[in-house]
Amino acid sequence: MATLRVHSTESFGSVDGPGIRFIIFLKGCAMRCQYCHNPDTWAKEGAELIDSADLLQQALRYKAYWGEQGGITVSGGEALLQMEALTELFTQARTLGINTCLDTCGQPFRESPAYIEKMDRLMAVTDLVLLDIKHIDSEAHKRLTGHPNENILAFARYLSDRQVPVWIRHVLVPGITDSEEQLTRLAAFIRSLSNVQKVEVLPYHTLGVFKWKELGLTYELDDIPTPTREQIARAETIINSKP
Amino acid sequence: MRQEWRGFKGTKWTDEVNIREFIQNNYTAYDGDESFLAAPTEATNTLWGKLQELQHEERAKGGVLDMETEVVSSITAYGPGYISEELKDLEKVVGLQTDKPLKRAFMPYGGIKMAEQACTTYGYTPNPELHKIFTEYHKTHNEGVFDAYTDEMKLVRHNHILTGLPDTYGRGRIVGDYRRVALYGIDFLIAEKQKDLQFIGDGTMTEEVIRLREEVSMQIKALKQMKVLGNIYGFDISQPAKNAREAVQWLYLGYLSAIKTQNGAAMSVGRVSTFLDIYIQRDLQEGTLTESEAQELIDHLVMKFRMVKFARIPSYNQLFSGDPVWATLEVGGLGQDGRSMVTKNDFRFLHTLENMGPSPEPNLTVLYSSRLPKTFKHYAAKISVTTSSIQYENDDVMRPVWGDDYSICCCVSATQTGKEMQFFGARANLAKCLLYAINGGVDAKTREQCGPAYRPIEGDELKYEEFMPRFEAMMEWLAGVYVNTLNLIHYMHDKYFYEAAELALIDTDVRRTFATGIAGFSHVVDSISAIKYSKVTIVRDETGFPVDFKTDGEFPRYGNDDDRADEIAVWLLKTFMNMIKKHHTYRNSEPTTSILTITSNVVYGKYTAAMPDGRRAGAPLSPGANPSYGAEKNGLLASLNSLTKLPYEYALDGISNTQTISPSALGHTEEEQANTLVNVMDGYFDKGAHHLNVNVFGVDKLIDAMEHPEKPEYANFTIRVSGYAVKFIDLTREQQEDVIARQAHERLA
Repeated sequence: MATLRVHSTESFGSVDGPGIRFIIFLKGCAMRCQYCHNPDTWAKEGAELIDSADLLQQALRYKAYWGEQGGITVSGGEALLQMEALTELFTQARTLGINTCLDTCGQPFRESPAYIEKMDRLMAVTDLVLLDIKHIDSEAHKRLTGHPNENILAFARYLSDRQVPVWIRHVLVPGITDSEEQLTRLAAFIRSLSNVQKVEVLPYHTLGVFKWKELGLTYELDDIPTPTREQIARAETIINSKP
Repeated sequence: MRQEWRGFKGTKWTDEVNIREFIQNNYTAYDGDESFLAAPTEATNTLWGKLQELQHEERAKGGVLDMETEVVSSITAYGPGYISEELKDLEKVVGLQTDKPLKRAFMPYGGIKMAEQACTTYGYTPNPELHKIFTEYHKTHNEGVFDAYTDEMKLVRHNHILTGLPDTYGRGRIVGDYRRVALYGIDFLIAEKQKDLQFIGDGTMTEEVIRLREEVSMQIKALKQMKVLGNIYGFDISQPAKNAREAVQWLYLGYLSAIKTQNGAAMSVGRVSTFLDIYIQRDLQEGTLTESEAQELIDHLVMKFRMVKFARIPSYNQLFSGDPVWATLEVGGLGQDGRSMVTKNDFRFLHTLENMGPSPEPNLTVLYSSRLPKTFKHYAAKISVTTSSIQYENDDVMRPVWGDDYSICCCVSATQTGKEMQFFGARANLAKCLLYAINGGVDAKTREQCGPAYRPIEGDELKYEEFMPRFEAMMEWLAGVYVNTLNLIHYMHDKYFYEAAELALIDTDVRRTFATGIAGFSHVVDSISAIKYSKVTIVRDETGFPVDFKTDGEFPRYGNDDDRADEIAVWLLKTFMNMIKKHHTYRNSEPTTSILTITSNVVYGKYTAAMPDGRRAGAPLSPGANPSYGAEKNGLLASLNSLTKLPYEYALDGISNTQTISPSALGHTEEEQANTLVNVMDGYFDKGAHHLNVNVFGVDKLIDAMEHPEKPEYANFTIRVSGYAVKFIDLTREQQEDVIARQAHERLA
């Protein structure tokens, strides 16, 4: 039995992992990404506390729609902040034959043996990790999210060493995360990993801006446009390039 | 065997009419992909180009290109007509409703007033002689109905608690088995009907026997006229079709006879695809037809279905917006033996949406099962993603009830092809009924005592225990007056506007269903839930009349896969259906019901006051069985799950659900989007749901199309609304806004 701090659930997720997925958004995140579209998931407070078995019962109501590939995806907030409960959830899910997917930015990752041991247990019951790399340059990463990226890249290497299947995702923000230099570096980093099944460029969008206003926060990227089709295509080409 | 039937297998269908047997013995199932399909021919492009010009002109003229003012429509009223006189040699399938393309016929038998008003609305003046004939010399359906209506019936009609009743126009929803014309030729069909006539009654002239004898004789006359219609276009359809081109033409002439004589709200084509494939397949094997020519035949047939028009009045257009005719046509489905009935022709029909672009008509319907070939499911889903022009219905729930040769006779309602007819019954507005239960039968809009003066709720708080018995009593009353109003309407329709052409192509011993309907479904469910699970206070005006409700506290809403609300939905459906069943139904028809409103949800809403679920006075009702606006909090699948709990057996006339999904919520690429859609439908239909309208576009496109209807890319922009498809720019502004407001599932990805 484990209890999770849940922000919300979505019965129909089709872009967060393979097939149709039941998405569980957990509450609480240390990152403060300037373009975050879910700032209402930052605070730990105000979450609904739901037992892992109950969450899975909810998810199973949609099993008929999952086909051969679907399952559950745990997203956030930052799911890794509730690692123990998450491990319990995924363990139970596996018992029920449910495909498990973790959507994370990897920020809580630490290289201490105690942490690694816990992470090993989680990865043993995880079918796929969707890893967000916000920026390849640590300084820029810190400006964008409030945190450096060394431990995130370390997490990526850890996943590669353990051969955990990964989709790398990169949010494309014009003028901030789309320079040729950094996309090339990101591509090189991805090539150094041996477990990446897919690289996705996610175009920056402004659909979550209203939430910032509702929460009384200042949205600093107000003047930045969403990327054009051409900008997206260009980024996809660079990021998937072979040397 | 006859020369026309060379190569066909089976015997049971050869000495009496049995189309199903013919199909089962002769069709070639196809489980390959769409790569065999052919592009439009030059003739198709030329004709479609010409037709688009005409459609453009029609829109520029306010929605009607031309109208008849002199001639009363009949099977043989006109000489031949073509899309264009100069291009007529390019038309592989010929035949128009009148003498000119898109010209609307004069059909007075439903009601002369309606026929005249349809003309004058668009600036045409019908010949005064016609008025004289149809008032002094010949009675119409409409006149008959109003001669017999009781005061109560006029009152419920006037107060719009019963709406859209077919008492001024054709009832429609009768699908002639047009395939019979192709397979047997008219002479065989006449001989069969003549045989039937000999066996009607034992000589004792009961009213029933007399009537049926007269009807079959009228059918025989209609069949003879069909032969004349064939001659008008240069064909001898007295004998069976010899090849695919003739089969398509013969079948279409049967359908044309129906739409020349009836202006029913729904004039469905039926399940013709697999049947025609048998002819095409034979010609392909004999080397007399190429794939390109086969596609051309289907393209040209579909072009004809895109041209069907009726003269309508403004109040009709408000109910059924965008000039729909429900030329519904089915593809897909499985046979009783478990074989897929998908043929190459099913692909060809869907492919018309690529060859000639999206279109609301014919109302293309995929009879869905998760067991259909993957390739076909994927192709259909792809066409949905790119055109939003098709609907899906669950073959796995319909086949056990209607067999494997049913057609869709309207928007979503199944009917056994050639064996059955339906008495279309529009809708009872249960949302208003709920308010009547609170108000003691007084209508909130007119303040007339419309329902029975049962004791109103006197306190200010709406208590569940106090409310429910009143609601049930009021529903009992409504079910009674509803069934009896329909009994009367259909009696008169049979008498004054009999569908001789369609029924000539249906078995004499016809099964009849009696199709009632429910409007306001989700609002009633949510209102009952509000009364049960939260505190609802009545807001009264200065006279003490309830005008609004204050609801404190959360309550479960239908559309979230929450059993507390969904159980109320199931209760409502079963209870209403059981109340309908108690009553005698005309000609011993079998009563059914539907949860289906078409675009009339907007008009129904106008006449419905504020409700306990928070719906404002006058706001559109949620269409069909859709959950209420903004009620869905857990995403698409939760909403779909709620729908899957409604038992189809209690709503055999159909449970309509319309969903709009933004492309980005389905996936990044077209391939992903189609795969996701297939998974959604596999799950939804495996769980026993009945129907799904699928729209794939973003709200931005809708808003832009509403603001800039003149942009060429929106000329054929088609969307699915409850039960049919429509060109978005042909909807009224109110309905466009309603569609936009309902655009759900645009989630943050």
